[in-house]
Amino acid sequence: MLVVFPVVFLVLVHFPPSTFVNLGLQASDSPPDHTPTFPECLSLFGHSHWAALPQSTKHLHSNSQCPSGLVLISGWVLSAGKSKEAEIKRINKELANIRSKFKGDKALDGYSKKKYVCKLLFIFLLGHDIDFGHMEAVNLLSSNKYTEKQIGYLFISVLVNSNSELIRLINNAIKNDLASRNPTFMCLALHCIANVGSREMAEAFAGEIPRILVAGDTMDSVKQSAALCLLRLYKTSPDLVLMGEWTSRVVHLLNDQHMGVVTAAISLITCLSQKNPDEFKTCVSLAVSRLSRIVSSASTDLQDYTYYFVPAPWLSCKLLRLLQCYPPPEDGAVKGRLVECLETILNKAQEPPKSKKVQHSNAKNAILFEAISLIIHYDSEPNLLVRACNQLGQFLQHRETNLRYLALESMCTLASSEFSHEAVKTHIETVINALKTERDVSVRQRAADLLYAMCDRSNAKQIVAEMLSYLETADYSIREEMVLKVAILAEKYAVDYSWYVDTILNLIRIAGDYVSEEVWYRVIQIVINRDDVQGYAAKTVFEALQAPACHENMVKVGGYILGEFGNLIAGDPRSSPLVQFNLLHSKFHLCSVPTRALLLSAYIKFINLFPETKATIQEVLRCDSQIRNSDVELQQRAVEYLKLSSIASTDVLATVLEEMPPFPERESSILAKLKKKKGPGAVSVSDLDEGKRDGGGELNGAGERGPESSVVSTPSPSADLLGLRSAPPVGSAAQGAGSLLVDVFSEAGPLAPASGVNDDGFLRFVCKNNGVLFENQLLQIGIKSEYRQNLGRMYLFYGNKTSVQFVNFTSTVSVALISFITKPVDPLVEGGAQLQQVLNIECLSDFSDAPLLNIRFRYGGALQNLTLKLPLTINKFFQPTEMGSQDFFQRWKQLSLPQQEAQKIFKANHSMDKEVLKAKLLGLGMALLENVDPNPENFVCAGVVQTKAQQVGCLLRLEPNIQAQMYRLTLRSSKDTVSKRLCDLLAEQF
Amino acid sequence: MQFMLLFSRQGKLRLQKWYVPLSDKEKKKITRELVQTVLARKPKMCSFLEWRDLKIVYKRYASLYFCCAIEDQDNELITLEIIHRYVELLDKYFGSVCELDIIFNFEKAYFILDEFLLGGEAQETSKKNVLKAIEQADLLQENQSEDWGGLAAEEVL
Repeated sequence: MLVVFPVVFLVLVHFPPSTFVNLGLQASDSPPDHTPTFPECLSLFGHSHWAALPQSTKHLHSNSQCPSGLVLISGWVLSAGKSKEAEIKRINKELANIRSKFKGDKALDGYSKKKYVCKLLFIFLLGHDIDFGHMEAVNLLSSNKYTEKQIGYLFISVLVNSNSELIRLINNAIKNDLASRNPTFMCLALHCIANVGSREMAEAFAGEIPRILVAGDTMDSVKQSAALCLLRLYKTSPDLVLMGEWTSRVVHLLNDQHMGVVTAAISLITCLSQKNPDEFKTCVSLAVSRLSRIVSSASTDLQDYTYYFVPAPWLSCKLLRLLQCYPPPEDGAVKGRLVECLETILNKAQEPPKSKKVQHSNAKNAILFEAISLIIHYDSEPNLLVRACNQLGQFLQHRETNLRYLALESMCTLASSEFSHEAVKTHIETVINALKTERDVSVRQRAADLLYAMCDRSNAKQIVAEMLSYLETADYSIREEMVLKVAILAEKYAVDYSWYVDTILNLIRIAGDYVSEEVWYRVIQIVINRDDVQGYAAKTVFEALQAPACHENMVKVGGYILGEFGNLIAGDPRSSPLVQFNLLHSKFHLCSVPTRALLLSAYIKFINLFPETKATIQEVLRCDSQIRNSDVELQQRAVEYLKLSSIASTDVLATVLEEMPPFPERESSILAKLKKKKGPGAVSVSDLDEGKRDGGGELNGAGERGPESSVVSTPSPSADLLGLRSAPPVGSAAQGAGSLLVDVFSEAGPLAPASGVNDDGFLRFVCKNNGVLFENQLLQIGIKSEYRQNLGRMYLFYGNKTSVQFVNFTSTVSVALISFITKPVDPLVEGGAQLQQVLNIECLSDFSDAPLLNIRFRYGGALQNLTLKLPLTINKFFQPTEMGSQDFFQRWKQLSLPQQEAQKIFKANHSMDKEVLKAKLLGLGMALLENVDPNPENFVCAGVVQTKAQQVGCLLRLEPNIQAQMYRLTLRSSKDTVSKRLCDLLAEQF
Repeated sequence: MQFMLLFSRQGKLRLQKWYVPLSDKEKKKITRELVQTVLARKPKMCSFLEWRDLKIVYKRYASLYFCCAIEDQDNELITLEIIHRYVELLDKYFGSVCELDIIFNFEKAYFILDEFLLGGEAQETSKKNVLKAIEQADLLQENQSEDWGGLAAEEVL
């Protein structure tokens, strides 16, 4: 005991008091989301800080509960919590110690090995990187001591390393344990496979595990692990898991006596059914009868599988989920039994609760919601649908926030069924009330979604009005989506277009900042296409513009509409041409460059519409602030419009400045935008979902998609409009069209994962723009590219090196934070011929991952599939910035936050010749600044990354050390991701 | 389920379990974002939120937050009870579990979780059966531990 005390002391001193508080299960009467503050806990749970201590330390010193040695280090670690540096220092010391033990001459015994591996794990779990110890962990796997093996497996599960050498060793150890016939060892091995789930493991074990799963002599616990292990492997590598002959035996696990086995197996069966519904369709009747037995059982029948008086809630939910993979059963008896189950579940919801505990109601309602999902999925039983709707209606006013949230969510799907749409609509007042009074923004969001879903012609005006009034106080996080929804509803259900115009102008007035380009483009498209609303629109924008402060988007719409249709209201002396012009021009100086450019175009249109304004407008155009404007675009417009108005005859002017022709009708680009917003928000999200990705891979399957679906050729509606806006010389259409195109791409399904992404060529293009990106025996891909500000144009040349035709040739680019417009490539590439593709590029925001270029074609009958990293890196959008030494250092100091800096020290891989380095740095796109660094051997550069979203200033310093053949590279920028990315890219260049 | 995170009120990660392959960088990013998001929520708010294209289900027990990320078609309420069952298992095993138990006996917390959930799906929902499995394993180690039991005390010093 003497030994123990100092440790206890350490622990005591260094942990925040809350770590001693028990998690509150004993105090089961306290409501679930009652989250007490610390002093409150003391009285609630009857544990004082000190009283809890023996409990929390009780395991630390029993001989095996805690890996020895851990206490000391963790005491230290947590004590250092006050200062991050001290913690890191302490950890590094510990890591150095462990490293030396592992490297030491003396071979470590299993116990010490386990101890140190466990310490490493602990350090990792505190959030530090661990880059060694894998070998020692693998050694532990083959120990015959259970605890050593267990820690070894845990380390591998938490810290897998794709090092192929190790994977082989790990697989070997797993193989031995699977063959050991010791159920505990077998389970450990299966857990490890399920936790790691790598392709190598699938290759090694996908054949063996189904056999273990269905073998008659396998223990129940092993079966359970085997089923879920197989599920995980199937999710990673569906091609390797072949059920084949085992299918029917796996399905029959649904009949297993052991509820645990059924619970585990059903997850596997559900996943397999989704992919191969036909092979597994016998599971439907088995699932129905299992469900029926559970639903009709008394709460005590299932013993430990009853949870707070609810029989087998997890299994019930999974059964109902499995049934959602199939249409309603065709067999009348099975269907009757199922409908009976669903009715029983709905009935039970009305019974008084068997317990007041929230666990009881949660478990019961979990089943209820799953049953409602099934009813909605079938969408064929009007009676059940309406009952479901009524049930959800009750939940809409429940005191549990969770239930209100789920009811709103679930009703959204009910609203789309023809049987229940009307029933859902009866709850409109409750939902509107929720939108106004719910305190949790996520619940309000659900209410807004539901209003959107239940909207139709009969209630559109009410719903739109409510949403508009909600917008005035809505949370910033959901405003943009609300704006899109209002815009869509207004358009979709507009009976008279003056209401539509009013609504959109209101939107701009209330939430102008959140009105995206798509929204105001759309209102203009509609006004141009419908002549019955043009006069009203002109009058309304004219009135809106009279507000002393109006949003820039309003100026844009106003400028455009008055430029086109100002004549329709010019008869009224209060809105005479000159009044209109003066009104617009009064906003001019407050606007950004693109809006000014639009206004200049409106002015020239005025000259055509109202000859009497010509002199005034010419005077405006002629003044220095226009004709000598520092912005090239504005200057050019002013000069050209002035010239045009002076030399062109009235006829020519009238032809050139004719009213815009109607836009071709097509799906609203706003809808596309909303879909995009609902979809994965960031590039990385798609990585989260391996399963979906696999599906995408199949969708993209060989030659099934014509070139039309993979490449976008339709001109965007907004492109026409953009003619009026600042039109940069390259890729003028790219700006507004971006999001529409992105959506088209995403609907085409996610691209097949980088099945061996080829990035050899990629790094060679960081500092240059032209060259050969890829070459093999069949194909050569050359690239020429040019960039200006945040825009770029890339020419891809596909050369067929063979004498045979390539057919079904397609090339697609994955879209990240960059938008593309591509022209479709010809599906045939003749032997020896070269095909050219142009990509117009716009950088929307800074990005790290290069877009992927996927090329597919058939050569001879064989499908060729090639994925390359497109050499498009953030530095392409650099604009060089010249500055003096003083300026540079001042800015350097301003960017001194740790996250703003990225630094690497690395060995030289190429010539360190000064001229070579200079050439590379110039190719990078930044300005190379002379006489700035006091040391003439060093290089410093400055530049601004231009993206649509923002501009990111960057400073670079490269310090060569010729003797050591090393470099130190430092990047500072206002955005951490940019510094990091540039540093990573450049470290490969020198 | 795609992953489960346990973190303290101070934002310290106490346990992480990932059921989908992700890079370390991505895991850290997700953890950082989620911990921030969840800690910023007020006590009476609902236990579910949309995050990226996932649904987050979380619940606080004393100083610890339990947070699961599930997919679109998964059931939120049953996930909430998965969390509760896991807490019950920890509580039963440790006897009035507290955060410190999970810090120091993190390996046990992982083993219990593996018995309960595997590959992101419920493997065994019976409390008795899960604890039986863990106790059997503990028994194995008790039997083996005699030969180095003495060493442990020395190391603690």
